Amino acid sequence: MKQGYEMVVGLEIHAELNTDSKIYCSCHNAFGLEVNSQCCPICMGMPGTLPTLNSRVVDSAVKMGHALHCSINRICKQDRKNYFYPDLPKAYQISQFDVPLCEHGYVNIMVDGKQKKIGVTRIHIEEDAGKLLHGDSFGGTLVDFNRCGVPLIEIVSEPDMRSSAEAKAYLDAIKAILQHLDISDCKMQEGSIRCDVNVSVHKEGEPFGTRCEMKNVNTFSGAVRAIEYEANRQIELLEQGESISQETRRWDDSQGKSFLLRSKEDAQDYRYFPEPDLLTIVLSEERVESLKEGIGELPNDRMARLMWEYRLSQGDATLLVEVPEKADLFEAAAAIGKAKADELVKWIVGDISKYLNDTGKPLSDFAITPVQLSDLAEAVTSGKISSTAGKTVLDVILFEDKSVEAVIEEKGLAQISDTGALEEIVLEVLKNNEKSVQDYRGGKTNALGYLVGQCMRLTKGKGNPTLMKELLIKHL
Amino acid sequence: MELYEYSAAKLSAMMEQGEISAHELCESVFRRIEGTDPEVHAYLTLQKEEALKQADEVDKLRRSGESLPPLAGIPVGIKDNICTKGLRTTCASRMLHNFVPPYDATVIKKLRAQYAVIPGKLNMDEFAMGSSTETSYFQKTANPHDLTRIPGGSSGGSAAAVAAGSAVVALGSDTGGSIRQPASLCGVVGLKPTYGAVSRFGLVAFASSLDQIGPFGRTVEDAALLYDAVCGPDSMDATSVRRDVTPIAPQLHASVKGLKIGLPHEYFEEGVEESTKKAVMNAAAELEKAGAKLIPLSLPSTGYGLSAYYIIASAEASSNLARFDGVKYGYRTEHFETLEQMYENTRSEGFGDEVKRRILLGTFVLSSGYYDAYYKRAKMLQQQMTREFVSVFEQCDLLLTPTTPYTAFKLGERIDDPLMMYRCDVCTVPVNIAGLPAVSLPCGRDDRGLPIGMQLIGPHFSEARLLNTAYSYEKLIGGFPPMPRLAGKEGAK
Repeated sequence: MKQGYEMVVGLEIHAELNTDSKIYCSCHNAFGLEVNSQCCPICMGMPGTLPTLNSRVVDSAVKMGHALHCSINRICKQDRKNYFYPDLPKAYQISQFDVPLCEHGYVNIMVDGKQKKIGVTRIHIEEDAGKLLHGDSFGGTLVDFNRCGVPLIEIVSEPDMRSSAEAKAYLDAIKAILQHLDISDCKMQEGSIRCDVNVSVHKEGEPFGTRCEMKNVNTFSGAVRAIEYEANRQIELLEQGESISQETRRWDDSQGKSFLLRSKEDAQDYRYFPEPDLLTIVLSEERVESLKEGIGELPNDRMARLMWEYRLSQGDATLLVEVPEKADLFEAAAAIGKAKADELVKWIVGDISKYLNDTGKPLSDFAITPVQLSDLAEAVTSGKISSTAGKTVLDVILFEDKSVEAVIEEKGLAQISDTGALEEIVLEVLKNNEKSVQDYRGGKTNALGYLVGQCMRLTKGKGNPTLMKELLIKHL
Repeated sequence: MELYEYSAAKLSAMMEQGEISAHELCESVFRRIEGTDPEVHAYLTLQKEEALKQADEVDKLRRSGESLPPLAGIPVGIKDNICTKGLRTTCASRMLHNFVPPYDATVIKKLRAQYAVIPGKLNMDEFAMGSSTETSYFQKTANPHDLTRIPGGSSGGSAAAVAAGSAVVALGSDTGGSIRQPASLCGVVGLKPTYGAVSRFGLVAFASSLDQIGPFGRTVEDAALLYDAVCGPDSMDATSVRRDVTPIAPQLHASVKGLKIGLPHEYFEEGVEESTKKAVMNAAAELEKAGAKLIPLSLPSTGYGLSAYYIIASAEASSNLARFDGVKYGYRTEHFETLEQMYENTRSEGFGDEVKRRILLGTFVLSSGYYDAYYKRAKMLQQQMTREFVSVFEQCDLLLTPTTPYTAFKLGERIDDPLMMYRCDVCTVPVNIAGLPAVSLPCGRDDRGLPIGMQLIGPHFSEARLLNTAYSYEKLIGGFPPMPRLAGKEGAK
């Protein structure tokens, strides 16, 4: 971004909740099933039908409210947002307007190793609309009502972010919390989490500029691109002496551009008014309090703690917390106090994660225990086995309940750290590789690596490479 | 006397005793329909074959010795904004001229569970918007007491059918007087229940916060029987009130001793015809003679009722009727190229003038910049009026007022003057605004022989008290007048 400018970003996240049934009827809340197979007269808005609120939706939203440190409005209402579109069968969406379920919260995010607090303006509940299917095979446009009435929460942030990196960190934090609470599947590719992006720019030290909203941002990386594109577009306009007009734009990720959807003058008047078919939501203090139970430590808080407590990098902490099982394994292994934290992380985010990715299986499908991991890391750090041998051990302990020591024994993986034995081998290698010895002495230091490799070959991989290197240098 | 002339209560007893069959009764009602409906035009859709099948089922069950509920075999006419599975439900609109619901309204489910017989669907003002049933897209219904006059509205078809004997009882809906006003004009009994007493599931919404389904009968007991059959909580309607329900009809007893009846003077002022005032005051005197105490009192905000009503009802209607867009069911224009054009032309061609007028009004009062001045203030007035009712019910048990300021007017007389038409509802809308129950019952005739109705208004969920007072009055005057003669031209006065 051009020097001298600052950007301001606010985000609206729509997350589909994973309740069993829809928000206002008993239809199954499921994705990917046959077109128009998961709908009924109620979610299709047929004449005379009425909505009844699924209380699980309220529970999920309140949980999210707690997690984002919001105040919960124990008395709140639902409102109608009126507009015509073929995917909206009632021609209004039941949402919440002036009294949302949760408001005045915040979430801590981590950018470049530093924590920042992002304000959460509100969280409200609403229903999703259907989906339009455009196709050549059937001509024209058809509507799939399966998604109608799928419960959503909309999480609106304060304009507290100052870069696309902060926006990304905020999106990641919200997604991790939704997953932690198990209230949303957060499947981007299924559209179960979507966002609208608000961006403005201003010269440093000056008041905030006019904001533009971008719709149709369906991935987090897309959000980053959209924010950067939009900030640059606005700066360019300002540099040309033009002013920014408040408008809604459509983000086209494939083109990497945004397009004008409507200007402020054409802004829709949604004619919100209280939904007369539903009663005021009244939550008892007990119910609201009971929803705090089981929330536990939030992923973003855990990340900050891991960084502070174990001196992990933000990157490592992120990788661990992303999959809570990994963080659990790490913390349990670290608690044994035998192996160093960064060595444990290396194994988890490295080879163990590779296994998980290759097999597509969760960590819980593998046999490895914190004790095994701790012993493995320790065995390698102390030089008892080589890191190559360590991988061989891992291959076993991932699947079998054997001690690391037993595996080392069984496979004969213990490293040769006996200086006498190694010295013989070093001398033999030096004798047989005259050329490399001369190269090294002539200043080609990388010849040393080759010589270490030769020593390793003769020890069948069991020689302690550090020791052998020391011995080689001594004799050279 | 023909079978169709009897009350539901009497017919129920006759069937129970095996004196008549449900089949005979159904035949009798259909003969009456065939005889009168070419002039009255109460029905939009008839289902004779299905109705006879339902009646035969009742007879079969009865023969097998089963004890049946009171409405078993009774032909119940249904206003055409109440969804009936497999039976066309039009709301008297071109927009839904071909709409066949794949579901029953909760009240219909309850009627079916009682083995009631459904002869057909009754005419109404389009989407229940009107006070004369003249805004129906399909036909104009005549008042059985004078075929040149309107039956009232919007449940004009229901009131006219019950008055004419082409239904024994009927269901209507009341948003601002749509049961009570036509009941009054057609000389029958009509009950608007407390908001939340009867499920609205399956009632095509006009103004969701005001709509209630209620019964028409030629006697108070009949109205009570039908109310008992359809009321009660429903998990499909969040606004239906969870409460225990005890049937009212079996408890009716003629006594008003010690009953405190309030007479709010605002309901007897300007615009109310002298003959109407006189008839209602005579009825008050009858009740007083029987031991009731009359208490003159005041409801000062009454005059704002119509304004608040037309703002709230139109606002909700503008949203409720937005779903009729030609995309999914009902009417779709043939003239369009773009989506916008389809919406515009479908709605321009599918809705009548009165419906459009209310959609425009409702859209306006909800618009940004006008919401506070109109909708918000109307909602504040609603609270004010409700508080006034609550406070007068500390002084009295119920209120007695005229149902309408005047008796039935001529067909076509006021259709071009919406404000004049809206004034028909001046005595009835405050009840909907406050969510109260009220019953209209006949209390005499004007000098043209047209029925006059009086309205009893009670506190929330005082239906038993209201119907009992109405029943007492009915007994005091020795029963309501017999139904108008309507055999061919002879029926027309």
